[in-house]
Amino acid sequence: MTPANRRNLKEKIIKSIFLGIALASITSLGLITFFLFLEGLPVLQHVSVNELITGTLWYPTREPPLFGILPLIVASAGVTLLSAVISVPLGIMTAIYIAEIAGPKTAEIVKPTVEILASLPSVVIGLFGLVVVAPLLQEVFNIPVGVNLFNASLMLGFMAVPTICSISEDAIRSVPGSLREASLALGATHLETIVKIVLPAGASGITTAVILGMSRAIGETMVVLMVAGGAAIIPESLFDPVRPMPASIAAEMAEAPFRGSHYHALFAIGVVLFLFTLLFNLTAGYLSSRYKRKQLSG
Amino acid sequence: MTTIYQRPSGLQKRRLFENLFFWLFRAAAGINGLALLFVGYFVIANGAEAISWEFLTQPPTDSMTKGGIFPCILGTFYLAAGAIFFALPIGVASAVYMNEYAAKGRVLRMIRFGINNLAGVPSIVFGLFGLAFFCIMLGFGVSILAGALTLGVLTLPVIIGATEEALKAVPDDYRKASLALGATKWQTIYRVVLPAAIPEILTGAILGLGRAAGETAPIMFTAAVFFTPVLPESVFDEVMALPYHIYVLATEGTEIALTRPIQYGTALVLIVLVCGMNLFAIITRSKMRKKLKG
Repeated sequence: MTPANRRNLKEKIIKSIFLGIALASITSLGLITFFLFLEGLPVLQHVSVNELITGTLWYPTREPPLFGILPLIVASAGVTLLSAVISVPLGIMTAIYIAEIAGPKTAEIVKPTVEILASLPSVVIGLFGLVVVAPLLQEVFNIPVGVNLFNASLMLGFMAVPTICSISEDAIRSVPGSLREASLALGATHLETIVKIVLPAGASGITTAVILGMSRAIGETMVVLMVAGGAAIIPESLFDPVRPMPASIAAEMAEAPFRGSHYHALFAIGVVLFLFTLLFNLTAGYLSSRYKRKQLSG
Repeated sequence: MTTIYQRPSGLQKRRLFENLFFWLFRAAAGINGLALLFVGYFVIANGAEAISWEFLTQPPTDSMTKGGIFPCILGTFYLAAGAIFFALPIGVASAVYMNEYAAKGRVLRMIRFGINNLAGVPSIVFGLFGLAFFCIMLGFGVSILAGALTLGVLTLPVIIGATEEALKAVPDDYRKASLALGATKWQTIYRVVLPAAIPEILTGAILGLGRAAGETAPIMFTAAVFFTPVLPESVFDEVMALPYHIYVLATEGTEIALTRPIQYGTALVLIVLVCGMNLFAIITRSKMRKKLKG
């Protein structure tokens, strides 16, 4: 073997080691899927898929137990959608401000602020919601409990803002300057240019941002565990206490007997939650790949 | 006669409209700052009183209503450091493959797809996975090892993302110059690209550390307990941790009101740790970027 050959062989081996490690790190996603289903599927010995998804009664500790997770799904959907009412306008508007209006110096302050907001531990936001926001809501709206769907949505809304803001900002910045200049040259004001040219051109990127923000909200655990109220009922008003999927898993796992039906049911909720976020992420990935291709060709 | 030039209709109105909306955008940006300020003020104003040397260095006493949080600080340190211990080498190696070796194509797309979706997995699902895989399947039980591994998988996308950015920021001229001198690909990566990227990779590691330290849901079933009388002695021991301590004291204790000061104090310690690390990473990164730009 010549030294050159040996060198080539060594290079090839090193490259395959790196490939192996890269593959190993995505294997974790496969393992997560596998173990969720492994521990979640056995619940189907007790209920059918249909009963599980559409059942409205969640009494996991009763004899016989009732495993209807519709109230949990509705609660998750409720807090996610309601939080989007806050996070979507706030996130996109902040992104517009940073990318289009603010000077470089101001942007240098606003951006880290949003990043630090993203880094706040969720348990601290939960504590804030519990101690500050809940009593405030009780007083302002004259309601018996301050921990409810509204409180959780409010907290989740602010937690999703950074995700939506930073991805929207990228989308807005990647709109070619020539489009803006053309619009301004035709006599449109800066606002008209933003609304009629920049936002439509960045639409798929901004949609990606919104979807990822909602994915973050639906998967967030500590906030909904601490300030959503915890009642497994289908809410009828904004101020009803609810029990979103992550809250149910987090609150009940400790007391669920190991590999009992309740334990498996909680993993089944994990499967449903995982599928929801996977769907969000796949849609976001599809949209962003489409918009990157469009930018490359256009 | 037709007029050649017509004044844009209602220009003044349009300008006013613009102004109005721009203030709305400014207000939106300001609301984020306000929110951060509110939460920061709440934690600092309430937590500052609780902080003392004793609080930081002593274990809890009087069934958690007095004493300090030292075991929680230590536990969070073990868990976060352990997570980075696993995630950093694997994350950096994955990013090196993606950025330096992989040709554009199906394999790279598949890896990127996996990483993106891993980043979107809810934290509680990581907790379930850690319980089923590390605690039960591998038999680690509720332990530092299981918790650190779970948090490690969770921080992997953070490390990979930061490392990729760091590698992309290394100018291509460096690589070409090294290859032109006859160095192999691996020599180029090891001697030229990685040394240039190391400061920013470490910044990413700090971000990952902050992320791991602040997470609660993944360690609830895998590592954390409300109280242990002794400090952990091996990686198979269960630990107390700052975020879990706050959660339990604020929601499940029998003395929720009585332990309020401890909750605030713990929250302050956690926020200083996590946000401090993030702030440090953000500032150093922006400084390094400016330097690279020259």
